[in-house]
Amino acid sequence: MDPVLVLLIALFGFMLIGSLIAVETRDLLSSVICLGAVGFGTSVAFLLLGAPDLAITQVVVEILVLVVLVRVVITRKDETYAASRSTLAVGSVLLVLGVLVAVMFWMFSGSGQDRLRMRPFGDPLMNDETEASAAAPAGQPELATTATEPASIGGAYLKHGLVGTPVVNGTGAANYVMGIVLDSRGYDTLGEATVIFTAIIGAYAVLRRVGRQHHARDVADR
Amino acid sequence: MHGMSLIVKNITRLVAGFIAIFGVYIVLYGHVSPGGGFAGGVILAGALVLIVLAFGEEYSRKVFPHDVAKTSDALGALGFLLVAIFGYMVGGFFVNFLPRGQVGNLFSAGTIPISNLAIGIKVGTGLFGVFLTLALFRRQRDRAGAGSLNGPKGGGPHGGET
Repeated sequence: MDPVLVLLIALFGFMLIGSLIAVETRDLLSSVICLGAVGFGTSVAFLLLGAPDLAITQVVVEILVLVVLVRVVITRKDETYAASRSTLAVGSVLLVLGVLVAVMFWMFSGSGQDRLRMRPFGDPLMNDETEASAAAPAGQPELATTATEPASIGGAYLKHGLVGTPVVNGTGAANYVMGIVLDSRGYDTLGEATVIFTAIIGAYAVLRRVGRQHHARDVADR
Repeated sequence: MHGMSLIVKNITRLVAGFIAIFGVYIVLYGHVSPGGGFAGGVILAGALVLIVLAFGEEYSRKVFPHDVAKTSDALGALGFLLVAIFGYMVGGFFVNFLPRGQVGNLFSAGTIPISNLAIGIKVGTGLFGVFLTLALFRRQRDRAGAGSLNGPKGGGPHGGET
């Protein structure tokens, strides 16, 4: 078995246990710390799957969110946990649903003709080689491999992203991810930046104090 | 928030600058090595949050005022939009109009480092501003809660006696 896969499975078990504790514990601080452990596990999983950009972003955001949650959000006394929950009923329903979904995945993930062709784990659709072999008709794989152009978007980015073609300019960025995010798909990133900007403005507007008091005084004067 | 103990303050004095430099490095070299504007900006915000937690809010108001955070957040977003609009003037939205340069150098890849810088400034100062706002909001809420708790309790017997 692939050692990376073994590590990933162990990591996913760790994250599963962490999220269960985060949901079920009565102490808010423990819950937040378990959430941080789950986020750290996600970061290491990204690193193992070969995505260092995402791993850096994930671990850094996780640390900042953890600090904000621990220092700012959690108050000393919080009695929201006092409400009783029917853990057994909800848990059994969720367990049955999970088993159903697992059985469905197992049924659909076979390699027969009539089954959906699901990708192997850690081998996304945009991978070039597997895409070429999967796109080839059965029995004649040389048809796809002899093609000069890559068969998938990811393969095209990997081939032409840096230097470019006579038609399209390359990005010139050694980090392909940044080349795609900020050049080829810059409009997309502008949308993301707008989302963050709107969220920050919304936080300022909801949590401000001066404007609200002035507004209340105006209403009272009227 | 009046800051933490002397040990935390001294460690923060040693470490905060290095964290900020690492954030700037991640932002500036985002097009060469893994990283980018968002991750580096969050690291910068983390360094500023560390200073706030260690030295208290009054000290951080001297180092990095809240209004500056708000303004540079907006300026970063505007800068990213300006890069796109300059590209529009040359040929199309987000056209990389600067020369590509040698692959792997700091000054390469056209507009990508500029966009990274704008996003880094925007994300870093924006997240720091949100943290300051949350901290301020909590302090006011605690004070308001304590006031409303003490008000009737202290006022009631007092009023009865006089």
